[in-house]
Amino acid sequence: MESTQQTESKIIELKPFADEMVVNMGPQHPSTHGVLRLELKLDGEVVREAIPHIGYLHRCFEKHSENLSYPQIIPFTDRMDYVAAMNQNWGFCLAVEKLLAADESKEFEVPERAEYLRVLICELNRIASHLLSFGTYGMDIGAFTPFLYAFRDRERLLLLFEKVCGARLTYNYIRIGGVSEIIPLEPGSIAEQNFLDEIEEFLDYFEPLIDVYNELLTKNSIFAERTMRVAIMSAEMALSYGATGPNLRGSGVDWDLRRDEPYSIYDRFDFDVPVAVDVPELGAVVGDCWCRYKIRMDEMKQSVRIVRQILAEGLPGGPVMADLKAVRPPKGEIYFRSEAPRGELGFYIVSDGTPKPVRLKGRSPCFSALSALQELSRGLMVADIIAIIGSIDIVMGEVDR
Amino acid sequence: MSDFRAMFVGFPDFNVSENFFPDINLQEKLNWAEEFIQNVLIPRLPEAVAAHFPVELGTVLVMFACAGIFVGVVPLLPLFLVLAERKVAARFQNRTGPMRVGPWGTLQTLADGIKLIFKEDFIPPQGDKLLFLLAPYIIFACSFAVFAAIPFGQNILVSPFNIGIFYIMAISSVIVMGVIMAGWSSNSKWSLLGSLRSAAQIVSYEIPLGLSILTVVMLVESLNMQEIVASQSNGVFSWLIFRSPFTFIAFFIFFISSIAEVNRTPFDLPEAESEIVAGFHTEYSGMRFALFFIAEYANMFAVSAIAVTLFLGGWEGALPGYDILGGLPGFVIKTLALVFLMMWLRWTLPRLRVDQLMNLCWKYFIPIAFFNILGTGIWGLIFPEDTLVSTIISCAIIYIGLIVAYTIAGRTLAQKPEPQPS
Repeated sequence: MESTQQTESKIIELKPFADEMVVNMGPQHPSTHGVLRLELKLDGEVVREAIPHIGYLHRCFEKHSENLSYPQIIPFTDRMDYVAAMNQNWGFCLAVEKLLAADESKEFEVPERAEYLRVLICELNRIASHLLSFGTYGMDIGAFTPFLYAFRDRERLLLLFEKVCGARLTYNYIRIGGVSEIIPLEPGSIAEQNFLDEIEEFLDYFEPLIDVYNELLTKNSIFAERTMRVAIMSAEMALSYGATGPNLRGSGVDWDLRRDEPYSIYDRFDFDVPVAVDVPELGAVVGDCWCRYKIRMDEMKQSVRIVRQILAEGLPGGPVMADLKAVRPPKGEIYFRSEAPRGELGFYIVSDGTPKPVRLKGRSPCFSALSALQELSRGLMVADIIAIIGSIDIVMGEVDR
Repeated sequence: MSDFRAMFVGFPDFNVSENFFPDINLQEKLNWAEEFIQNVLIPRLPEAVAAHFPVELGTVLVMFACAGIFVGVVPLLPLFLVLAERKVAARFQNRTGPMRVGPWGTLQTLADGIKLIFKEDFIPPQGDKLLFLLAPYIIFACSFAVFAAIPFGQNILVSPFNIGIFYIMAISSVIVMGVIMAGWSSNSKWSLLGSLRSAAQIVSYEIPLGLSILTVVMLVESLNMQEIVASQSNGVFSWLIFRSPFTFIAFFIFFISSIAEVNRTPFDLPEAESEIVAGFHTEYSGMRFALFFIAEYANMFAVSAIAVTLFLGGWEGALPGYDILGGLPGFVIKTLALVFLMMWLRWTLPRLRVDQLMNLCWKYFIPIAFFNILGTGIWGLIFPEDTLVSTIISCAIIYIGLIVAYTIAGRTLAQKPEPQPS
C-alpha cells in the first residue's frame, strides 16, 4: 500500500517541462540590491517564472515601535530606506504631526525655518537617492563607470548632510515639530552662509553633469537596447499593483503627492512632474525599464530647481523646533503619505493617548513595486530580470522593514 | 590557368600533401641547436669538459632554453596588462587605482598572484573532479599556444608556419572546450549558464572572424603570418587595412568579433557578474582562478597582436625605409594601442543581452563579412597587384565612405531630439 502511494506521488511530481531549471538568485547575489531572493524557473536563458522571496532583512520595525515613544521611533525609520533616510524621517514626522494636530488644546506649528530646511535637505536627499539608483542601474546593465561617477557626486551630498546632522547615512535629522538642533545653524550666521554656498556650489557642479550622464548612459544605444521595450508596465497594471513614485510616473500616470496633495510648503515652489511619454526616435515605450529610469534622471533636475528656489529666497529666520512639551498624541488614528524618492511612503498610526503608538504600519513603495516583478518578468531573459530589479529601484531595508 | 583561379578565388595555391608543415622540420631545428653547441659552446669550454660534453642532451637543453625564454616572457604580459587595466580603469573613473604595493602600485599584480597561489584550492565535492582540474590548463595552454605563430619581429617568431593564421584560428577555438568543461564540472547552475553562453558566443563569432581573416588571405594569397606582414612593407598605405575598402570593413568586423571571442565588455556575457555571478569560473579559487585570469589577458594581447599583424602592418614600419612604428617596439606599441582601445570600450559600454549579441553576429556581421569576401574577390580581379593606383582608389573610397557615414550619423543625431518626458 505504501509503495503504491510513493509511486503515485512520484508520477505527480513529474513536470510537463522536463528541462526546467530552478535557480536561486540571491540572497547573496551581486545585483539583487540587498538580500532579495528570486526563485527563477528557467528554460535555458528564458525565465518561466521569477518568484521573489523577501524577509531576509526583517527587523520587526512595526512591532518594535509599539514599545517606543514617538521620538524614539525616528531612528528606526532611518533604517527603512537607508538610501533616502531624510525622506523617511520626514514621512513619519509628518504623520505624527498630523496626529498631534487633532488635539486642539495643544496648538503648535512647525516653524517656517524648519519647513525650508526640511524641503532643502529632503530634495538633496532625493538627488542622492536617485544618483545611487542611476549608478547601480548602470552597473546592473554592465557599465561600471557610471557607478563610480554617481558615488563621487553622492559623496559631496553626504558631506553636506554630515554638516547639518553629523551622520552620513542614518541621519535622524528631522524631528517631530521641526528639525534637529544638534549642530546649530544660527540664522544669518557665517556657518549658515557657508552651508548654503556649498549647496549652490554643488548644484552648479552637478546640474550640467546630469546631461553628461544622459549622454554617457541614457542615450547609449546598448543601454537603450537593453532597457527599452523591456518589462512594460501599463498604467492599469501599475495602479493595480500600487506602484508609486517614479515607477508610476514611468507608466505614464501623472501623479505626484508633492503637487497633487501638497504637504509642508511644496505649494510655494515651481517644479514640473516628469511623466513618461513614448519616445519613438529612440524606441522607448511608456512603462518600460528605460522610462522608469529616465524619470529619475529628470526628477534630479527638478529637485535641483526646487533647491535653487530655496537658495534664491534664503532661509527664513526663527527657531527650528516647535514648542512641544511632550509628544503625546490624542486618541485616534491617522494615515499620512508623502512622496519619498521611491514613491508614496505612508505611515498608519493608531494612538490610545499614551506616548507610545498602539500600532504602527509603514506603507513601503518598494514592496508594492516588487510585487509586480513576478508578472513583469514572465517570458523574459535572465539579463532582463536584472534590468527590471534595477529599474523598479528597490531597497530591501524598506521592503522587509 | 591555375594563376587565374588563384586570383579569382583568392586562395593561396599550395599543395596540402606536399608541404603542410614545411618549416617545422624537427631535424633541422636539432641541427641548428647542435651546430650552436659544436661551434659556439664547445670551443669556449675547458678541454676536459668539452671532450665529454653530451651533445645530444645539450641540444635538447638548448631547445628548452629557447622555449623557456618564450614561455617565460609571454606570461609576464598578463602581469603587466592586469595592472594596466586597473590603472586605465581608475583614470576613467577619477580614481588612482592600486597605489600601495611598490611605487605607484606597480607590484600589485605580483602581490595578488602570490595571494592566489597560497589560497585554498577548492574543488566542488559534487562536481566532475577530472574535468574541473583539467579545464584551466586547456584554456591556459591554448591561449599561450597562439603566441607560437605570432611574428613579433622579422626573426622573433617561434615557428614560421605555412598555415600560421589557420593554426591560430584552430587553436583558439579549442578554448571553448575548456570553458564548457569548467562550467559543466563545477556543478553550479551559474557556471553552466555562463559556459553555455560562452560556447554559443565563441562559436558564433568565429564565423565573422574567420571570414574577415579570409579577405586578408585572399589579397595576400598566403596563410603564412610572415608573408602577410611582408606584403605590407611599403609604409602605412600598404597596410592591409587600407589595401581595399573591404579590408577596411573587415578590420572592424575582426576587431569587434575578437572582443566577443575574448569575452570582454560589451560582450562579457559569459562572466557577467551582475547576472550570473562570475560565469564559468564561479567555483574556481586560488591558482586555478589565476590561470583563467592570466589566459584572459593573454588572449586579449593575442587577438590584438593578430589584428596588428593582419591589418596594421605587423612589425613593418609606417614609412617605407624608415623604422617608425616598426620592429618589435613598433609591433608592441600598435598592439598595446588596440589593447587600450579594448579597455576603453570595457569601461565605457554596458553589456548586451544574449539575443542581441546573436542578432549582431548573425544579422549584421556575417552578411557584411560575406559581402566583403565578394567585394575582395572583385577587387582582386581588378587590381591583381598592390599598385599606387589601387592604393589611391582604395583610400579615396574609404575617405568618401567615412565622410558619408559621418554625415548620415551626424544628421541622425541632430534630428534626434533630446528625449524629454514631461
